[in-house]
Amino acid sequence: MAKANEIKYLTAIKADKRPKKYCRFKKMGIHYIDYKDADFLKKFLNEQGKLLPRRITGNSLKFQRKVSTACKKARQMAILPYVTDLLK
Amino acid sequence: MNNYELMVIFTPVLSEEDFKAAQKKYEALVKDNGGTVTHTNPWGLKSLAYPIAKKTTGMYWVMEYSAPSSFNEKLKIQLLRDDNVMRHMFTALDKYAVEYNAKKRGGVNSSSEKAGV
Repeated sequence: MAKANEIKYLTAIKADKRPKKYCRFKKMGIHYIDYKDADFLKKFLNEQGKLLPRRITGNSLKFQRKVSTACKKARQMAILPYVTDLLK
Repeated sequence: MNNYELMVIFTPVLSEEDFKAAQKKYEALVKDNGGTVTHTNPWGLKSLAYPIAKKTTGMYWVMEYSAPSSFNEKLKIQLLRDDNVMRHMFTALDKYAVEYNAKKRGGVNSSSEKAGV
């Protein structure tokens, strides 16, 4: 009985076909990111309330900057905390 | 005449009618200087994400208005002088922002005609 590791496949198995990241703002046609709705901005923050990098959020440069300015405005107006734990 | 949005946090000790009086004062200030107030939205008492001036709650108020660009300076002086204003922020609105705010308010002028048909 061939053991699992001895089986040789004709074509290599694709390790992990993760879906191509896309910029949600371009796809959904959102132009303005409001600094007032905190729960939308929370999608771009990690547990400690820090901004997630582009490679994780998949945003395009233009909208990543808009998100960061909106989030900084929200932090200034105490809608979002500067630093916290277990933000979600 | 460009569009701006002003968000103000008043101290929570403010009573209801003082809160309204303060709103009227600033709205009147906008009208006097040739601006027009498109929308005001008092959120009322909300808890702050971090304490400001030793207080953990504040009375939020958002006003959307269009005014000549020279007007904001006057408004800022008034806001800084007013001692029951804890924090304020001006935001310049581009056309997408104005469209967004109108849509969020249920688009009284634009989409209601569509919906009205």
